[in-house]
Amino acid sequence: MSAATATRGAGRRAPADPGGPPDGGRNVRRRLTDQAAAWSFAGPSTLLVLGFSLLPMGWAFRLSLTDSDLVSEGQGVGLANYRTLAHDPVFWKSIRNTAELVGLYIPVSLLLGLAVALLLNKPIRGIGFYRACFLVPFVASAAAEGLLMAFVFDKDFGVVNGLLTRTGLPAQGFLDDPSQAMLVITGIFVWTQFGFNVVIYLAALQEIPKEVMEAASIDGAGPWRTFRHIVVPSVRSISLFLAVWGLIDCLQFFDLLLTTTKGGPVNSTITIVYYVWQLAFEYFTAGYGAAVAYTLFAGSLATIVAGLVFGRRKGFLL
Amino acid sequence: MTAAPVTTAPPPAGPAPAARRARRRPSARHLALAPLSLLMVLPFLYMLGASVMTRAQLNRFPPPLVPPGVDLTGYRELLAGSEFPRWFLNSVIVSAAIVASQVVLCSMAGYAFARLRFAGRRVTLALVIATTLIPFQLTVIPTFLIFNRLHLINTLGALIAPQLASALGVYLMTSFFQNFPRELEEAARIDGCSRWGVFFRVVLPVARPALAALAVITFIYAWNDLFWPMVAISSKENYTVQAGLATFQGQHRADWPQIMAGTVLTTVPVLIVFLVGQRRFVQALAGAVKG
Repeated sequence: MSAATATRGAGRRAPADPGGPPDGGRNVRRRLTDQAAAWSFAGPSTLLVLGFSLLPMGWAFRLSLTDSDLVSEGQGVGLANYRTLAHDPVFWKSIRNTAELVGLYIPVSLLLGLAVALLLNKPIRGIGFYRACFLVPFVASAAAEGLLMAFVFDKDFGVVNGLLTRTGLPAQGFLDDPSQAMLVITGIFVWTQFGFNVVIYLAALQEIPKEVMEAASIDGAGPWRTFRHIVVPSVRSISLFLAVWGLIDCLQFFDLLLTTTKGGPVNSTITIVYYVWQLAFEYFTAGYGAAVAYTLFAGSLATIVAGLVFGRRKGFLL
Repeated sequence: MTAAPVTTAPPPAGPAPAARRARRRPSARHLALAPLSLLMVLPFLYMLGASVMTRAQLNRFPPPLVPPGVDLTGYRELLAGSEFPRWFLNSVIVSAAIVASQVVLCSMAGYAFARLRFAGRRVTLALVIATTLIPFQLTVIPTFLIFNRLHLINTLGALIAPQLASALGVYLMTSFFQNFPRELEEAARIDGCSRWGVFFRVVLPVARPALAALAVITFIYAWNDLFWPMVAISSKENYTVQAGLATFQGQHRADWPQIMAGTVLTTVPVLIVFLVGQRRFVQALAGAVKG
């Protein structure tokens, strides 16, 4: 046991337990039973997680080369699906909408998250209450929130338009207006998600040693300089993490859409995920859907890796 | 040596303004935080209000901001005249099964990855964590086909099976067990306890806070899931609350009191779990990032 601790970093070819008898045969048998015991612990989860991800991932690629209709396997069509999507206006629209979502959601949710975390990062009465308030939209289901927001932003009966007209402002189309819908949806998405960023930033801020903050204030650093030279560098890597996490969230953005606009009006809020869902489970073109999903996967993986590498090198994210 | 006088010198003059500032600053913070946090929960308060309004009140423009009275027709119709109770029960069954399975399987795996040495440990763990980068949308079509072949589509089993274990759960438990005192297990091993005995009798009882965190986070994700139930379930009686509500809206477009009652009842369980386990939930989120 202690030998294992000592050689933890040295790889798994750790020497046999020196406490055991120096008899080779018994050692081998003991190591084998140890291996079996360890795998009996790790095996079930590993099999389930890998089985439900790697296996379908390979299968999805095979499907993307067919004209499967979701029920049958379909005929092989080579790269035809990929060629089709290059000229598919809805596909490009879904890419543009997803990019808009990413470009707006990530900066806003990071800045808002950090701002609230800074406000909460002092011994303040009722911190638990505040934190709960900011987390409630994150915890509640996107389905319920989507239904609620569809009602609140309803063009004809919604309470927001009610308030606008009461104060003499013109009523808006919101989710029914192709030029506003994506913006409203992004706003709703920020509302539901940024509590997560608050919690993570708060944890990061509380890791900053008190002495550092004290030293800064003794040296006469004002709030801005403390923020610029202590807070920002301390949360840089967590910001990168949150940006990547936000990107993944945006790429999987589905639930809110299903209960608000369903991608409409006229595809103005359709995202890649929603399009994949439509293709496979509404239009029954599973092969084509798989090709769109694969393109999304390849693109997002490239973006995430590039973002991580670039962000790490430049430290440009906050 | 030189620092000591600097920190001890100011006290006579220092604390007074510092204390005053400290006293004043929190109230300024409250001034910013109170309206912001109210804004966060305001939609939910409105949801609660709308659920006790009448159809006529909700179809008026502009709609009332505060319910003029308490009318429970929406709840009555939902509970007596729709499949909502069934959906609710389905959600409870599915979430409970997923939570139970993940707490057992992920803690076992986390323990092995953090504590036991075995061939392929590092590679396997890295592979498991890497799967979080695979979007569910990519795997959903083949997963549907797999369950279709097994004739499990449109059953609760199809909702439970893919979530029996999760990469996030394994990862959370691995990072938890890495900071777990070793002495306990060693003592039990020396006393002749088997690996399984050590795990179930010594490790798990001590790991209860981490298990609670995993349970809370898993429940919230399982209860809220919409995408997979929408795909895997085709008949009304097997919907979860989320899928039920999402389709309900399409069929009863104007029936807002009923829909709002449904969203309230769907949100209540997850809010209760969150408020009871808030500390654990926050720990798990923050821990997942730090680890």
